[in-house]
Amino acid sequence: MKLLTLNFLTCARRTCKTSPSSFPLHPREAELEILESELNLVFLRNILPRLMWSELRGIGEELGLPSLPESPPSREDLVTKPSPAKPSSVTEPSSVEEEGGEGEEVPSQTAKDLHRLLLETTIKEGKLVCGNCGHEYAVKEGVANFLLPGHLV
Amino acid sequence: MPEYLVRLVQVHESFRKAELQALAEITGVGLGFVLYDEESPFCIVNLPSDTAAQDVISRGILSHGIYELWGKGSTYDELHASVKDTSRNKWAAYHNLPFRFTIDSYRGSRTSSEQRTIIESFSYFGFVGPIRMRDADVSIKVFEDYDFKAKTPKQLFLGRFIAKSGRHAKTTYDLKKRHYISTTSMDAELALLTANIALAAPGKVFFDPFMGTGGFPLACAHYGAFVCGSDIDGRSIRGTGGSARRGQTGKMDVVGNFKQYGIEGHYLGAFISDLTNTPLRLPRLEDGTTTGGYLDGIVCDPPYGIREGLKVLGTREELGEIERQTHEDRYRDPNYIPPKKPYSFIAMLDDILAFAATTLVENGRLSMWMPIANDEDIEIMIPTHPCLEISSVCVQPFNKWSRRLLTYRRLPDSEVSQEGLQIAKKDYEKGIKADDLNGFRRKYFEGFKEQQKLKYEAGNFNGIGREF
Ligand SMILES: C[S@@+](CC[C@H](N)C(=O)[O-])C[C@H]1O[C@@H](n2cnc3c(N)ncnc32)[C@H](O)[C@@H]1O
Ligand SMILES: [Zn+2]
Repeated sequence: MKLLTLNFLTCARRTCKTSPSSFPLHPREAELEILESELNLVFLRNILPRLMWSELRGIGEELGLPSLPESPPSREDLVTKPSPAKPSSVTEPSSVEEEGGEGEEVPSQTAKDLHRLLLETTIKEGKLVCGNCGHEYAVKEGVANFLLPGHLV
Repeated sequence: MPEYLVRLVQVHESFRKAELQALAEITGVGLGFVLYDEESPFCIVNLPSDTAAQDVISRGILSHGIYELWGKGSTYDELHASVKDTSRNKWAAYHNLPFRFTIDSYRGSRTSSEQRTIIESFSYFGFVGPIRMRDADVSIKVFEDYDFKAKTPKQLFLGRFIAKSGRHAKTTYDLKKRHYISTTSMDAELALLTANIALAAPGKVFFDPFMGTGGFPLACAHYGAFVCGSDIDGRSIRGTGGSARRGQTGKMDVVGNFKQYGIEGHYLGAFISDLTNTPLRLPRLEDGTTTGGYLDGIVCDPPYGIREGLKVLGTREELGEIERQTHEDRYRDPNYIPPKKPYSFIAMLDDILAFAATTLVENGRLSMWMPIANDEDIEIMIPTHPCLEISSVCVQPFNKWSRRLLTYRRLPDSEVSQEGLQIAKKDYEKGIKADDLNGFRRKYFEGFKEQQKLKYEAGNFNGIGREF
């Protein structure tokens, strides 16, 4: 499971859902694996405002990964600033924009770091622990099991 | 606005308009229907430009391609008059380019000499370029629409080819060639169609709470979405053939499917869970407000529970002290199986809607399949939720039953009635609803037993029927 999924997962117990400490789940004894994939700016842009930033930061720290900046980046931070505008005269302003604009955007280091953390870092084995009730959910072969035992449903 | 002819396929008719509308929405262009008939594969639409037409159709599953409309009529005389009237100023642009001229007769046929005569009747276009059956620069087509067994066509169109559809994906994702499937795997064509209707698109997040072997997430990832899913049955996710990790060969699992199509970068992962005890964040329930959805779309084929009985986590009777203790003592045992209890399909549908209402972003879509017995009383049953507006209903008819694809749009908060929202919230918190089988429901399920028999008789999937 890619680390991004931890941005969406809480404890499965109904009684924990209302408690803030049930999110995020805390990885324990986690065996991580890096699975490289192509960076996708459209996706990063879309997901950025949906990230629970401080919680994700916390998870990164618990896993001993390079730490994220304290405050979330903006969408603009995901691309490197274009080299200072060409001083060329105003001959064909619109056509230049149309052809040169999108597609050629260069992902910034911030985008690369986010991509590495959220989409290339995966949990292969380990446990996810609820901070509220302490229940442990096992992760095996990259698949977490959230089925609750009889006494916790 | 210019008119275009969409060459549709004549299958899954009731899905065709919904798909075109969805494709236009994904592309961000306005599309208007000028002519549409459930019985005909020729549909005329308004679109702003050739580029828009190409963008819309390039993902289409229920079409072959799109053409710039150069004329229409109910006889050849009318067609010629219309073509001269509408497209005269366009001919010159193709004057000396390699071209191709063909005829597409629906429910009719033409001998090759008839075809030649028809094509030559358009010689006033003045095309002098070479004729090329492959890679022509311009391709013109005459469309003939016949009534069943009629000798002459009732409708004629002429169009210039703009772009072909994305229907080839149906072959790429064909279940017969897929690495890992099960008896409930969704047909590739319908899964791709569902992904289109739910607006799966590059960079979006899609989820399937009943993923099985991953048919819907795969289809959504094909269109560029990032996907995840869950299922109460861990075996369906982890697959068969032993552990790939321990180096055993023949491992077949959902990840393997994503790898087969080269889209594993879009697979966020899967987890084992029961929708009624989901580990996903339910933002709006937590803080009582209605913001914070994070899924762009939810696509699913829920369990119907007719054959095996629909199950969710829990026990039929509330556990006593001793039983609770037994579970507590044993649950860490690797052989421990969490208890499950029967549940009603109707309640599950409500749960899906409530789940969608809290997790979808504004204007996000829920597309859910639902079987229906062909019975007037049942005809009207479409589950509702104050935060969700039905955006399309598509029907796949069978003999004694049918399947519907219900698609809902998550209303923006500003359009949701606060009153309705409070009711929905209370209902959800109450959890499991009364499960008594009233007459309505009984009828509903009886319809399915019937359908199950039919399935068996049809011998689908080695005679192992679906779960419902
Ligand atoms: C009709 S199948 C979906 C098949 C899937 N669309 C595919 O292409 O493979 C329904 C699935 O729902 C799962 N299921 C049944 N009850 C469930 C529950 N309470 N929560 C989550 N999944 C459940 C079943 O294990 C089954 O895999
Ligand atoms: Zn908990």
